Amino acid sequence: MNRGYRQIRVLAVICLSVFSLFLTSCSTRQEDLSNNIIVFNYGDYIDRELLGQFEKETGIHVIYEEFLTPEAMYTKYKNGSVKYDLICCSDYMLYKMIEEDEVVPIDYNAMEHIGNIGDIYWELSKNFDSQNKYTVPYFWGTVGILYNTEMIDYVPDSWTQLWNEEYKNNIIMQNSVRDSFVPALILNGASINTKDKGELRKALKDLQKQKSLVQSYLVDEVRDDMVNNQAVMAVIYSGEASLAREYNENLEYVVPKEGSNIWMDSWIIPKGGKNYDGAIKFLDFICRKDAAQANFDYVYYSTPNEAVLEDIDDEEKEEDNAIFPDEDILSRCEMFKYLGSDIEEFYNRLWKELKVY
Amino acid sequence: MKKIGSKILTGPYIIWMIIFTVIPLGLIVYYAFTNSGGAFTLDNVVSIADTVNAKPLWLSFKMSFEITVICFLLSFPLAIILSKYSKNKNSIIVMAFILPMWMNFMLRTLAWRLILLNNGFLNRAFEIFGLNSVYLMNTKAAVILGTAYDYFPFMLLPIYNAVAKIDEDVISAARDLGASGVVVIRRIIFPLAMPGIISGITMVFVPSMSEFVIADMLGGGKVYMIGNAIEQAFNSGYADIHLGSGLSLSLMGLIVISMLIYKFFDKGEEGHGIW
Amino acid sequence: MVKKFTEKFYLVFMFVLLYMPIAVLIMSSFNASEKNKAVWGGFTLSAYKALIKDEIIMSALYTTFLLAGGAALIATVLGTLLCIGMMNMGKLFKSTMIGIAQIPLLNSDIVTGISLMLLFTRFTDLSFGTMLVAHVTYIIPYVVLSVYPKIMQLNVSIYEAALDLGASPLFAMRKVIIPDIMPGILTGFMLAFTMSLDDFSVTYFTKAPGINTMSTMINAEYRKGIQTEIYALSTIIFIVVLIVLFIINRRSEKAFRIENERV
Repeated sequence: MNRGYRQIRVLAVICLSVFSLFLTSCSTRQEDLSNNIIVFNYGDYIDRELLGQFEKETGIHVIYEEFLTPEAMYTKYKNGSVKYDLICCSDYMLYKMIEEDEVVPIDYNAMEHIGNIGDIYWELSKNFDSQNKYTVPYFWGTVGILYNTEMIDYVPDSWTQLWNEEYKNNIIMQNSVRDSFVPALILNGASINTKDKGELRKALKDLQKQKSLVQSYLVDEVRDDMVNNQAVMAVIYSGEASLAREYNENLEYVVPKEGSNIWMDSWIIPKGGKNYDGAIKFLDFICRKDAAQANFDYVYYSTPNEAVLEDIDDEEKEEDNAIFPDEDILSRCEMFKYLGSDIEEFYNRLWKELKVY
Repeated sequence: MKKIGSKILTGPYIIWMIIFTVIPLGLIVYYAFTNSGGAFTLDNVVSIADTVNAKPLWLSFKMSFEITVICFLLSFPLAIILSKYSKNKNSIIVMAFILPMWMNFMLRTLAWRLILLNNGFLNRAFEIFGLNSVYLMNTKAAVILGTAYDYFPFMLLPIYNAVAKIDEDVISAARDLGASGVVVIRRIIFPLAMPGIISGITMVFVPSMSEFVIADMLGGGKVYMIGNAIEQAFNSGYADIHLGSGLSLSLMGLIVISMLIYKFFDKGEEGHGIW
Repeated sequence: MVKKFTEKFYLVFMFVLLYMPIAVLIMSSFNASEKNKAVWGGFTLSAYKALIKDEIIMSALYTTFLLAGGAALIATVLGTLLCIGMMNMGKLFKSTMIGIAQIPLLNSDIVTGISLMLLFTRFTDLSFGTMLVAHVTYIIPYVVLSVYPKIMQLNVSIYEAALDLGASPLFAMRKVIIPDIMPGILTGFMLAFTMSLDDFSVTYFTKAPGINTMSTMINAEYRKGIQTEIYALSTIIFIVVLIVLFIINRRSEKAFRIENERV
């Protein structure tokens, strides 16, 4: 009996301590609730130290949350249970959100450092933000093939290499709906923005044929697997490619000669955000030269920030064709457009058919 | 006043369960039977029969079955051996076999990733012994292996508890009467351990059926189970809550039905807890 | 003799199989090799130094334990109250309650998570509070199913005797019933705590922004490249678990011995 009583006491002590912990954590969270911003971004897509620096400078606490694919982001946003203040996402998804009137215009006049963004990037942004009203460019790049020169002795500069039987089990594809269809569509001579269901079906057939050769469909893990020599080649974003090359000197990046996708990730302020001023301050901070520089060094994607670009010498630019593509490459690339909910749903259907194949 | 339990004590639990179990289930049912316009439809529930959903469902069923069988075959002998070594329920040797359960589930899965990668630990070991490398990563086998490893303790513990409870005298009596080891296992231990085996099978089969993270981490996006289909319905951009709910409801229905069938064949075994 | 050997062999075989993944994690945490952890690149402790400084991992660890502790506690209280309250209820009521308790068990995690997500997104914002609620809901059945059998074995006449001798119901409850069902309560608490620690699916669907548990954190971080800190974390978790189990074992062995002596 005595033992039982002691156990109750022990339990009571545990109860109290846990509850007090719980309460303190609640109260500390509540305190800065009024002055924080919720930022939603791709995985590993910002120098986290900047968040602390921003908080120190402005007193605004950044609640930082990551997503894996634009589609997953959109779902979370649409659920409405989190009031995001800032979202960074890719061209076609931004187009969709602008189209659906989910965004708030950005007050560029309130931003001191917005001038750092080069003109050509505003021009590029018009693909999805026709009036340059709602977005702030963050990073941009191309989609191409990252290959391991130790395992392949020529440059796989064609998408057809992804169907090469020789590399069975050694090809990594993107686990993202639109990206995975790019190679097949381009090889069939179709636009990557085709709305022709026949062309899409044909592309699916090719992708299904390819599936037995594919080692895996991955998103953020592609980089690590390529660094680890897990596969011969992978479809990858240019930024990820240059980062991978930092870790493994045998990796090279090429944009296939048939053409590819050029993409741009930009910030938007979604409707329903609670701290518009805070969001603007954060955007301005991200565009500021020192922050943009630190961020560029960490993320290592192509930056639209001219102030940062100025400091990079031509030699480095020439060396890295992944994040500093030349005119020739850019001329073969096309940007994604939002294709409407009907085609989006069709894409989802095809994607599932590929996955269960 | 003499009554020990007064109804009031059950109040908090009942309220909690109504708000957080019954109502959410009601929401799933509501979404499952409506379309985005709010009108009644059967499409979402019926879509489980659509090939893009039926295929992963069948795959999940097959894989869960294999996982359950593997877990059972490995843990039944282990439970018998363990029961011989330990008279005390908490003995250190039993603890040793369920300890991996307390490692975080993600860490355990991550460990299998390290082992199975093309140039991971397994293939390195094979290399040392001069064997050919195997491509296990990103295959069904990898997912089965990882899931079986994760759920193994859930099979072992209930079986062990049931076996440990068997009176030794019963076994020695059987032996005295000339029963061989195999007969003892088949005619005495197996039937008496049945409640534990049943809990074990339930505890392994049900969660494997709806698994999606392990398939994601070890299947490299190539193994698409019904859990992945449900997850994708909720995460696919056009936010198909209705389809996702429909699929969840169908999955739930199937699990409940299979459990009922299973209980029917095993009636009368009341009162065994989950452990 | 052969049989004994086979048994021993099987025991060792299973032991190796179960511990191999953990050994791999621990080895990787000390491996200095940056690219491939399957290649030995020298011994280093840098992962452990990085771990202590890693705010993402540390805050996930904190959240996980806070969540598991809080949820297990609430679930234990609610579940125990239910079981005590159920003692004198009719059979129908009992079986209905046990039936409801089993819903989250049969209802795979993914459905539990999604149904709660639907509820929360409709009526409130996601926060630590909603995560706590989700976890409590997910783990309550384990408490009920651990405590209920003990309640069934309870000898009601002792309690009644206590009342006859003038004890107040509350006092009798504390002195008679609770100590009797304590083992069940503790098992339930431990089980609930473990399930909460280990959960991924429920958290994944009901998670608030900026708050991660260990499971969701690892699921997000491992994709970004080799995270040696995570391997270091697993070594530490393993050691802690080992110590805790050892202590529990020592205590229960003592209790076991005392009980045996009494007999």
